[in-house]
Amino acid sequence: MGSNWLQFVASGVTSGAIYALVALGFSIIYNASGAINFAQGEFVMIGGMSAVMLLALGLPLLVALPLAVLVAVIVALLVEKLAIEPARHAGTVTLIIITIGVAMFLRGLAQLLWGKGVHRLPAFSSEQPIEWLGATILPQSLWVMGGAALAVVALSWFYGRTLLGKAMRATSHNRIAAQLVGINTRGVLLASFGLAAGLGALGGVLIAPIAFTSYDSGIMLGLKGFAAAMLGGLGSFTGAVLGGLVLGLLEGLGAGFVSSAYKDAIAFVVILAVLFLMPGGLLGGRGSERV
Amino acid sequence: MTLLAVQGLSKAFGGVHANQDVGFSIHAGTVHSIIGPNGAGKTCLINMLSGVYRPDAGSIRLDGVELAGLATHRFAAAGIGRTFQNLQVFFNMTAIENVMTGRHLREHCSLLASLLRLPSLVRAEEACRDAARRLLRAVGLATYEDAAADAMPYGALKRLEIARALAAEPKLLLLDEPAAGLNATEAREIDLLIKRLAAEGTTVVLVEHNMKLVMGVSDRVTVLDRGRKLAEGTPDEVARDPRVIEAYLGAVEGNAGAAHA
Amino acid sequence: MDAAANVSETRSAAEPRWWARPRGGGLLLLAAVIALLPLVLANNYFYEVAILVALNATVCVGLNLLIGYAGQISLGHAGFFALGGYGSAILATRYALPPWLSLPLACAAVALLALLIGRPTLRLKGHTLAMATLGLGIIVSIVINTEDGLTGGPDGMAVPPLVLFGWTVAGERSWYWITGAVLLVTVWLAFNLIESPSGRALRALHGSEVAAQTLGIDNGRTKLQVFVLSALVAAVAGALMAHYAGFITPAKASFMHSVELVIMVVFGGMASVFGAVVGAAVLTMLPQALTVLKDYEMMVFGGVLIATMVFFPQGVVPTLAQWWTRRQT
Repeated sequence: MGSNWLQFVASGVTSGAIYALVALGFSIIYNASGAINFAQGEFVMIGGMSAVMLLALGLPLLVALPLAVLVAVIVALLVEKLAIEPARHAGTVTLIIITIGVAMFLRGLAQLLWGKGVHRLPAFSSEQPIEWLGATILPQSLWVMGGAALAVVALSWFYGRTLLGKAMRATSHNRIAAQLVGINTRGVLLASFGLAAGLGALGGVLIAPIAFTSYDSGIMLGLKGFAAAMLGGLGSFTGAVLGGLVLGLLEGLGAGFVSSAYKDAIAFVVILAVLFLMPGGLLGGRGSERV
Repeated sequence: MTLLAVQGLSKAFGGVHANQDVGFSIHAGTVHSIIGPNGAGKTCLINMLSGVYRPDAGSIRLDGVELAGLATHRFAAAGIGRTFQNLQVFFNMTAIENVMTGRHLREHCSLLASLLRLPSLVRAEEACRDAARRLLRAVGLATYEDAAADAMPYGALKRLEIARALAAEPKLLLLDEPAAGLNATEAREIDLLIKRLAAEGTTVVLVEHNMKLVMGVSDRVTVLDRGRKLAEGTPDEVARDPRVIEAYLGAVEGNAGAAHA
Repeated sequence: MDAAANVSETRSAAEPRWWARPRGGGLLLLAAVIALLPLVLANNYFYEVAILVALNATVCVGLNLLIGYAGQISLGHAGFFALGGYGSAILATRYALPPWLSLPLACAAVALLALLIGRPTLRLKGHTLAMATLGLGIIVSIVINTEDGLTGGPDGMAVPPLVLFGWTVAGERSWYWITGAVLLVTVWLAFNLIESPSGRALRALHGSEVAAQTLGIDNGRTKLQVFVLSALVAAVAGALMAHYAGFITPAKASFMHSVELVIMVVFGGMASVFGAVVGAAVLTMLPQALTVLKDYEMMVFGGVLIATMVFFPQGVVPTLAQWWTRRQT
């Protein structure tokens, strides 16, 4: 039982790391625009599928992976320019619906380009599982956890030390004040989309060796990533990471000890619990409404 | 006869004490104004009196019935109507539909009757429309009857909100800066409207910055400053009160006492 | 002011007759279309499409009350649709209830479910509400997929035909008349609701929740009423669909289906009953017309959604109506 427990924790943390990356993407865009980007999951899918395609074209893994992330970033920038910016003054519901449309469009495009097949990337280092304290862990899991951790650290440095990062933080706190001090908030929104897509695509690339990728793998990942973001408190950086890990663990342990058939339902039960009981998430929400 | 009795009303947002221990009584059929410099807590007070905010402490009694802590729509049901400083007109409806919505409390119809469009409902709708028409005429908006609310000028919208609030036949009408953003002519029209309402027996609580309006139309004035009640009395008493003058103008020596318009 | 009073009095005397107003005229037009359409429907395939349109339109009219008029959002309405279908199917097969009983019972059960989950859910707004309804819809979908003992799992289950007063409803033509009638009744009910105090309360809470409450409108109750109503309508359509097709699968509860329904409402027109009908009609027939371009279906749908929300966020019918009134003046 003890080794099982560790097994479930390991798989939970692995998925949790991906959810954290997706959740960060949601929080970044929410902070920049107040909107929920329902297409976030599709960037994860684009990352994974592009990597598969680039690899199939003969590019070495070391080149294909960052290039795949770049593809997702470029797509995100186009999406922001063409679909989001024209409607930036619209209400929340309109923006939500637009991002749903974007998600459908990207998925349809992926289906067209890459078909409905399921693909898999080769593991980055070795396919040989590692025995540790009685549990079997894939080396790729370590890549996932390590990669995600590195991304989080890099993001933290970006926000704290670079001008663009600080501009993004400022915009998320008060858009008008940011504009008044000369920050190009439209540029910030564009950068936010790019960054969110980059993080999502990174997640897609990291998880593809383990969890197969296909044209519709983005839906569930996006929804679960959003659940993680809400769990930690939408808009909160640490909340996204925390939410991702907690959700991953809940899923892993729940699937292991309770019911594996209802594994996917766990994320949504979590969302509902958070929304009904603590809408601010684990780390508390932001702001109150002024009448 | 006391219509509204307010005691010890307090509300804080985080560390900001918007209102502290505010109390006063309002007699039926009078016009009572609430004035004070910016940030005095006037709108927060109005929000509490209309049930939009829940007070942290204190009591609000309308005709002896305690209202503090009840849901917002219960305040309306008890007989309190209001307009808003920042227009809350239903821009997705026409002017007359706005006013007809105001008659919600006077329309007793079930969901089933609505769905099946029973003859009783059709008759009630006609009566509702007529009542709304009369109200629009009373505030001078007869020509805007079928106009889309989002196409109406600002001054007309201010009056529309008043018509809508009156549609519920409230015992007490709270007007939150009804003259804000209006020019002198429009402000004068609001002034006449309020005087007419008072003459007809509606009790009015008025929050206003326009001193000329306030002094001309009020029976009593309450002054708030930094969340607390500073002074109360007739318009003249309040205008001469040195504490009030100081609150508005700062400690100015030898101020020639004139209240600004 | 007296001159103005005279103007409004003469105007009310000259109000258009009931069939010239949008409601009366529209109902008449819809009834006429439904009655006369069989003259041009060449074969069973076209009848099938028409039935599909009628059922989708029915759901969309209900959903439009929630999204367009009340200003809420639901990304899980396919759940109600599927539960209506599965509910009637399960009651009719595993509990051997006759379909004329299983159908209303199933729909009543769905309405009850909507009542129970509606209260906490509708306290949320904007994206949190969207997320909650989405989560609920997906949970329904997962449960249907997993409980294969009851629902047949991913393969779906067979549904017995509808038997009304001894008459077995079979064949495209019979179903056409039934679904057409159901659509007409739903549109009639929707119009009645909108032009009533309840309808104004609905629109008020979309206009300004604060103001609505200060007029005595119980927002929570109003939202719940329209939520349950739209859920009931979706369940009825779902049950009819199940008995017509003779089969039901979990795909009917999927997130994609919920999104399709929202797209139809949004495209056709928010706060427009006929918008919902038109939206459902166009977007049901579009994939049929594009069978050649089947591969592009998802892209086209996505593109339609984006373009609609960016260029005419009010939807097709209201935009056309505005353009028409502007041409008159």
